[in-house]
Amino acid sequence: MSKESFLESTIGRKMVMALTGLFLISFLVVHVSINACIFLNDGGKTFNVASHFMSHNPVIRVLEIGLFIGFILHIYMSVKLTMKNNKARPVKYQVVDGKANSKWYSRSMGILGSLLLLFLVVHLGNFWVPTKQAIFNGQQHNTFDSMKNIFSLDNWYFIAIYLLGVISLSYHLLHGFQSAFQSLGLNHRKYSPLIHQVGIWFSIIVPLLFALMPISMAFGIIR
Amino acid sequence: MTINLKVWRQKNNADKGRLETYVVKDVSPDMSFLEMFDVLNERLITEGKEPIAFDHDCREGICGMCSMFINGRPHGPKQGITTCQLHMRSFNDGDTVVVEPWRAAAFPVIKDLVVNRSAFDRVISAGGFVSVNTGNAKDANNILIPKPDADDAFNAAACIGCGACVAACKNSSAMLFVSAKVSQFALLPQGQVERAERVEKMVAQMDEEGFGNCTNTGACEAECPKSISLENIARMNREYLSAKLLANKK
Ligand code: HEM
Ligand code: SF4
Ligand code: FES
Repeated sequence: MSKESFLESTIGRKMVMALTGLFLISFLVVHVSINACIFLNDGGKTFNVASHFMSHNPVIRVLEIGLFIGFILHIYMSVKLTMKNNKARPVKYQVVDGKANSKWYSRSMGILGSLLLLFLVVHLGNFWVPTKQAIFNGQQHNTFDSMKNIFSLDNWYFIAIYLLGVISLSYHLLHGFQSAFQSLGLNHRKYSPLIHQVGIWFSIIVPLLFALMPISMAFGIIR
Repeated sequence: MTINLKVWRQKNNADKGRLETYVVKDVSPDMSFLEMFDVLNERLITEGKEPIAFDHDCREGICGMCSMFINGRPHGPKQGITTCQLHMRSFNDGDTVVVEPWRAAAFPVIKDLVVNRSAFDRVISAGGFVSVNTGNAKDANNILIPKPDADDAFNAAACIGCGACVAACKNSSAMLFVSAKVSQFALLPQGQVERAERVEKMVAQMDEEGFGNCTNTGACEAECPKSISLENIARMNREYLSAKLLANKK
């Protein structure tokens, strides 16, 4: 009987998804903490120091490459996984009662992830690209000011895309956070209920903090 | 009561198949779901029509043969039972009930509601056994097993191989079935010798059969007539990781 390599197996691929997913979650913690400096409402002083550190420190530069690899692996495996799943049921049911046995967001991880990807492209275009350009051209770059420019009510469509992005993130994590532990085999009668609780709170608090940033800037609460 | 049945009719695997409507009158609420099909089939036979093919054997919820996808759910609307244990009292007079076969690439339709579940058998042959020397039966308590382990192993072994987990899963994943079969041995002393070998081979066979990739939606656990727990899937993930990672071989 044949054996397959770890990375060709459904379980192995799912573990890569889980590990990269948890890595992306750890990135979110850093990202939301730094951005939350704008809530100090000090005209972006603290925030700009933190964001300058993040865009210039050599250790962070290396981690940034890791982050890109993490995203690419996560997306690559999700495409592989979705392709296999589409092939696994060539003839669809006439009637499916999905809500009877699972949550809609658990069944929509691919769509939620794709919305996230869409958001990411816009997001990188808004911040990452200009910052890199400025560094490349040896210019000063004030991230706080560009945030204020982007998040104005005139740019309501950006705000809409960002809100769509964080809502997708919230539901993606509502399933993904606990799912990653299950995929890695970390299911435990004592700790799993705790992991589920932490997952729910994380999926609410982090996207909520992100959502408050464009909103409070657009309405001039942070200036 | 009267039931408006819409049943999937498909001559053979090559046929495209379609839903056909049958009005079944004078259904007793005490009939089982399969008995209603018996009544309908008798009528079809006397009318000179082809009866509806469906799988069944024990009709007492233990063999796992019956397999109907009823109103969008495997084994119908009730929790923790097989189709043969479903009774017409779970429906209302005049209800429309749609009945389809399990749908998965790994479970090709043979005819109407009958699908070929040999893929499960091949997963079992790949490693779902313990190799023992035959001889006299051993004394039952020769090997001591902690009660919690025995309970977990027994709960996993309760799987009847019906395939509802695959049918319910949006990905047609067989992880619940395979993990139950891996767990029942991994938890017991008798299963240790072939432990790593077993999980690697069974997972490889599962993947080869074309079952989908688990995304932890939990639909399998919710629809399993034997309430097999998702804990088994996590256990299999652990077993698989350690077999791949730690086995001191090429
Ligand atoms: C900040 C961004 C993201 C984070 C924090 C994140 C996190 C996660 C986590 C923790 C999981 C669960 C892994 C598991 O169950 O093993 C997951 C699953 C998944 N992600 Fe993401 N993800 C992100 C972005 C994306 C993107 C951009 C895509 C697609 C283009 C995507 C598609 C998927 C898919 C299809 C799954 C599998 C569904 C499942 O296992 O239930 N994700 N994600
Ligand atoms: S795990 Fe449950 S649903 Fe799946 S084959 Fe076994 S008894 Fe049927
Ligand atoms: S016929 Fe045996 S379980 Fe239903």
